[in-house]
Amino acid sequence: MKKNRVIPVLLLKNGWLVQSREFVRHQNLGNPIDAVKRLSKWASDELIYLDITRDDIYDIRRDDQGYENISSFLGIIESISKEVFMPMTIGGKIKNLHDIEERLLIGADKVSINTEAYEDDKFIEIAAKEFGSQCIVVSMDVKKTEQGNSVFTNFGTKDTGKDALFWSKRMENFGAGEILLNSIDRDGTGEGYDIELLDQISSECTCPIIALGGVGEWNHFKEALDKTKVDSVAAANIFQYTDQSVYLAKKYLSNNGCNVRKPDLLKI
Amino acid sequence: MEMMKKNVCILDYGSGNVGSVNNLLAFIGIESLISNKPDDIKGSTHLILPGVGSFGSAMEKMSENLPINLIEEEVIHNKKPFLGICVGMQVLANFGFEFGQHEGLGWIDGTVDLIEVGNNPLPHIGWNNVDATRESKLMNGLNEINDFYFVNSFCFNAKNKEDILAETTYHQKFTSVIGKENIFGVQFHPEKSQGAGQKIIKNFLEY
Repeated sequence: MKKNRVIPVLLLKNGWLVQSREFVRHQNLGNPIDAVKRLSKWASDELIYLDITRDDIYDIRRDDQGYENISSFLGIIESISKEVFMPMTIGGKIKNLHDIEERLLIGADKVSINTEAYEDDKFIEIAAKEFGSQCIVVSMDVKKTEQGNSVFTNFGTKDTGKDALFWSKRMENFGAGEILLNSIDRDGTGEGYDIELLDQISSECTCPIIALGGVGEWNHFKEALDKTKVDSVAAANIFQYTDQSVYLAKKYLSNNGCNVRKPDLLKI
Repeated sequence: MEMMKKNVCILDYGSGNVGSVNNLLAFIGIESLISNKPDDIKGSTHLILPGVGSFGSAMEKMSENLPINLIEEEVIHNKKPFLGICVGMQVLANFGFEFGQHEGLGWIDGTVDLIEVGNNPLPHIGWNNVDATRESKLMNGLNEINDFYFVNSFCFNAKNKEDILAETTYHQKFTSVIGKENIFGVQFHPEKSQGAGQKIIKNFLEY
């Protein structure tokens, strides 16, 4: 039987692994390559790697760290793919087909596209035709506004005014293979997923939905799997703070009747 | 007993990312190279055919870039162990029906057809169980932990039941591992399947 996936999301800013809270505050967590090796050992089902390095103003302050440009982000990914053997999704700064190809060649299985899906109406359709839907993930950052669930782009700074359900159906019709559905309101709060949002989108879309934003305890994963039709549950911060985090999460889920891959710690 | 030194030739026909298979072999300490040169193919102890893309385009690229006759000589006549991955498994069939009808290598009798999935989405993406249908060296030790990572819309329908080594259920059962003497094929991606993937590759190298 096909399993529900448990997916750590790693946020990379200027080459460093960071924690994010409501898309505004970012705290440095250290070396991303070491983090990935740990997550792999704990039997993560997949990894999502998002480069959230912002504009030059932010980068200049970190010039001395030697990681600021996009090529070193890809360099990090390339080193990771030599040591970690699981599916990998890479997102951030993808503007054209060349960007996608470049990421696939260094070991990505999928790419996650957010802002460009909005900026260029045809991009998802063209990308899905070129590389296949299976490697095109559309990432949606959703925030509650007076209008309802609104899709934000540009790292959560720009309100597109598009309704989340409308947008997810549109992206699916254009050929998105999966949707990474993130709640800006819940980001980094540890209060749990926006279950209502997940339920609404996952009931209407046929492509797999990956839930993100707000997990503070293992039970939040179970809640999403029990109450909604999401295919996968993802989180960032919670996986960084606990030793053997993914293993413990999967053990909890598997003991509580969820359909996840056995938490075997790779003992074969 | 001294083990014969293994060296793997990953057949290079210009199809997507063959790097991850090579990375996996390096990680488990096996000498390997990505090549389409006759000397490298003849000099290797094992052959791996990775595959990304559709059946027809894979066959087309293979006939342009690989010495197929030499490979057939090595595999069919000299019985060199061979493993096809994903589309690399599918091209072992007589025919594939992705974007029209295409002729395959025909090393294992069968056809490659769209999986019947009912209301489930295609492609079939994610971790799924691979259940052995009979004992084989390839699936040795993989009864308990047998989740592998899949990305496929098509599957191998083997003509002879004895060529089927394992099955996977997605709406209904499809063949996920085939084997006939020294020729093996897996529908999933061992190079993305963590410990289970490394185990099956090691099993193949023991053959």
